Amino acid sequence: MTQDHWNFIFIGISFALYIGIAVKSRAASTKEYYTAGGGVSPFANGMATAADWMSAATFISMAGTVAITGYDASRFLMGWTGGFVLLTVLMVPFLRKFGKATVPDFVGDRYYSRVARGVAVVCAIFICMTYIMGQMRGVGVVFSQLFGIGIPAGVMSGAAIVFFYAGLGGMKGITYTQVAQYCVMAFAYTIPAIFIAIALTNNLVPQLGLIGDYTVGGEHVPFLEKLNQINTKLGFQEYTSGKMSTVNMFCITAALMCGTAGLPHVIVRFFTVKNVVAVRKSACWTLAFIAVIYLTAPTIGAFSRVNLIQKLHQTAYVEAPGWFKEFEKTGQMAWVDKNGDGKIQYFGPGKSEAQRNAVFQGKSPVYPQYDAPKDQQVGPHGQRLLASKADMSNPNELWFGNDIMVMANPHMAGLPPWVIALLMAGCIAAALSTAAGLLLVLSTSISHDLMKRIVNPDLSDKDEVRYARMASFAALAVATYFGINPPSAFIAKTVAFAFGLAASSFFPTLLMGIFSKRMNREGAIAGMICGITFTISYIVYFQFLGGKTEHYLWGISPEGIGCIGMLINFAVASLVCVFTPAPPADIQAMVDGIRVPVSEDGGEDVPPPVSH
Amino acid sequence: MMNKNSSSQSGSQYWKRNLYGLGINLAIWFSVSFGCGILWRDWLDIHFPPVGHAPFGFWMAQQGSIIGFVVILIVYSVMMNKLDAKYGFTNKEK
Repeated sequence: MTQDHWNFIFIGISFALYIGIAVKSRAASTKEYYTAGGGVSPFANGMATAADWMSAATFISMAGTVAITGYDASRFLMGWTGGFVLLTVLMVPFLRKFGKATVPDFVGDRYYSRVARGVAVVCAIFICMTYIMGQMRGVGVVFSQLFGIGIPAGVMSGAAIVFFYAGLGGMKGITYTQVAQYCVMAFAYTIPAIFIAIALTNNLVPQLGLIGDYTVGGEHVPFLEKLNQINTKLGFQEYTSGKMSTVNMFCITAALMCGTAGLPHVIVRFFTVKNVVAVRKSACWTLAFIAVIYLTAPTIGAFSRVNLIQKLHQTAYVEAPGWFKEFEKTGQMAWVDKNGDGKIQYFGPGKSEAQRNAVFQGKSPVYPQYDAPKDQQVGPHGQRLLASKADMSNPNELWFGNDIMVMANPHMAGLPPWVIALLMAGCIAAALSTAAGLLLVLSTSISHDLMKRIVNPDLSDKDEVRYARMASFAALAVATYFGINPPSAFIAKTVAFAFGLAASSFFPTLLMGIFSKRMNREGAIAGMICGITFTISYIVYFQFLGGKTEHYLWGISPEGIGCIGMLINFAVASLVCVFTPAPPADIQAMVDGIRVPVSEDGGEDVPPPVSH
Repeated sequence: MMNKNSSSQSGSQYWKRNLYGLGINLAIWFSVSFGCGILWRDWLDIHFPPVGHAPFGFWMAQQGSIIGFVVILIVYSVMMNKLDAKYGFTNKEK
């Protein structure tokens, strides 16, 4: 059987599974649509949350980032797992006790204000949209790789599938689909890593291989030392030493962590379990499941870097492995023969930061039109030619997108086709599960918080679900557009912005809502607006309006600015709060109420949302 | 059955204990991630014994902190369940 056959079998089976589950657990009421009825077991919820969490960025892009930047990529590893500690100890038990379906609901009730609810809805929409864009891009990359179609067609087919089962199944459908998706992902991620660990380090456990010896060809050197040597020989910095400034590294990690704790689609996942005790248990499971993948990512990164360099550097193009040519076709890898020797050379950064590692001018490769003459399409060695001009200030001839590392990994290691097919199924599961979870939050924010709680309180249950479905369609259309025309080159980066936005808006507001009884409406609204406005303008200015790197505030890149936005939110809120009246007594009593895990005498655990 | 007054009193004491445990957890959380992985990393790389063949700070940043987080959460959840039991908040759970 060929690779394509395997791909179709694995992906076909997994899709049939997801859609089957979605149809079977179709949501009937708003309660089921929003929180799956509130009775999911902690173990299943842990798995579903992990799948929800494991986005395309994590799955596809992260190991690639680790491979390319070594130590510096630790910001993603720590940021995306450490946030769970914050989420579990600071947020979810209390929000779960509060017992409403959405995050804007909490903000609206805690701050006794429609304006606060409205601001929270807007923040939620912003965060989810930014995040979904990254996911749709991921789906596009995988599909185009898989079926040899362009990324736009890939993005659109992904969108159609997500819409079908997220819109249909609501939270209930999503939860059980995500359990299946987590299993696919976990196998897809770890199995190739194990094979490669055995090949490179003679160690069954990849994590031990990374800190063990490199054993190919009877050599016995510490693996990381070998990797450092390879790196420095080609002109890169040592793999184990970072290049990023400590301030920037700190801020990005902090923004990712606090962002995690403020991400609405992760928070709502904990509303689906029975009570506060189950929330804590579920959070432990979630992090454990996530750790399985996150502990594997650095090993995949390191292994694939060694493989990539050894397979490609100084190899004549005509003898280059088949997978290289496959990826070249889809525009994910490119070779510009600068010195005309027909060999692929991969070298480290040029003289200055601005032109580091530049193979050609511009950020990503541009190709000639379809109808261009043959000699502009195909080079003398059979390579795909680029329309972009070569950057001759640099001897480096090889370009590849971060997003390709995980997918190319099993190819590089020469693994059997079924492993590659499994990996493909995992990639798609990752992107779909997160996109579906986000879509749900987005549509809930619009239908429940905007339509029902602000615009028209008399909305019937049925209409609410209808609005939710309409909103998911609209949101998906926008996300598809941006998935096709991404605002930033790499998935991980786009997603990092969503975290910045969450960190600067929801995190402080929720935190103060729980831990400060004095925090009032005026403070929260002012804080949210200032925090998110600052963060968005910083990102837009430096990312899209051509702000220069040297003008960064204290050298903090747009990915990490959410950390400062968060501090601004805290500061503004506390200041405004001092000069405005304290919240009413019943609100203060409510805050007391959510601080204890069970209700007072005879009171039942507050049932999650409310059919009206 | 507790009357309203005593229950809110034990509630506020419970909350104080809760905050105390929270503080300790977060202190550990900060030192395994930001501390070992970023701020003290260079120092740890040199002065601490390597983990396998990986420098200590680097290992903490890429693997150790994640293992640390899982442990923190498990400890937290056990601790909180004990605290709940002590203040009589568990027997009402169905």
